[in-house]
Amino acid sequence: MYPVTTVHYLVLSVALLLIGTVGVLTRRNIVVILMSLELILNAVNINLIAFSNHFKHVSGQIFAIFVITVAVAEAAVGLGILIAMFRNKPTVQADEIELLKW
Amino acid sequence: MIDAVFFYFFAALVLGGGVLTITRRNAVHSAISLIVSLIGVAGIFLLQQAEFLFAVQIVLYVGGIMVLFLFVIMLVNLDEASRMRQFNRQWLAALAAAGLVGAEIGYFVYKGASAFRLPLPAAAGAEQAGNVQRIADVLFSDYLLPFELASVLLLAAVIGSVVMAKKRV
Repeated sequence: MYPVTTVHYLVLSVALLLIGTVGVLTRRNIVVILMSLELILNAVNINLIAFSNHFKHVSGQIFAIFVITVAVAEAAVGLGILIAMFRNKPTVQADEIELLKW
Repeated sequence: MIDAVFFYFFAALVLGGGVLTITRRNAVHSAISLIVSLIGVAGIFLLQQAEFLFAVQIVLYVGGIMVLFLFVIMLVNLDEASRMRQFNRQWLAALAAAGLVGAEIGYFVYKGASAFRLPLPAAAGAEQAGNVQRIADVLFSDYLLPFELASVLLLAAVIGSVVMAKKRV
């Protein structure tokens, strides 16, 4: 368990990725699914930062900045879609929105 | 020694907050747990000498995205949803993912840090510039085009979300 190496950070990242994946797969509430997506993106960021520090190269942090940018855009558009959808059909359960299902 | 203490503290924040996020019935509780998890991630960034990203994480995620989430939770009435069934029937896929990653984590706990072989770390050279200055140097030279593309993406997201949320386009 000691000393803390880069591998520790990678395992933390994969555990957070797992939590996010399970959240996306199993929850019904769309707001919570979007929150789980944020967890997944944060797991990716931990991975990038760990390797950035491992190789003492700043590119990983640049990529993390871009990932955060995309996360912000995704959250804004996703929540906008959620509000637009809620106006047409007042439900936030992902499996009740089945217009395009057959 | 002290870095191990801080690592396990922040890792507990990250994982505990994450688990609470996906299990709470009330969406506001989920959002608050997500804030705890994101603050833990910010601490992990600080431990890995990414001071700029630490500040960005706090300001942008905890200050920006979470306020957005709480606004939407307020706009969308979730009282009814919190009384309904919370999980769908895809637990088999979730179990498969959890089993796969659980095996990896178990192998790591069993073998310790030597379980996965990484390339040797780079030697810590004498760094003249600070973290922010180094990020800026690389971002505005090597990654200038992606930087500009990110601004276009943000513009599209701003216009898109306004159009989506408008009552009548």
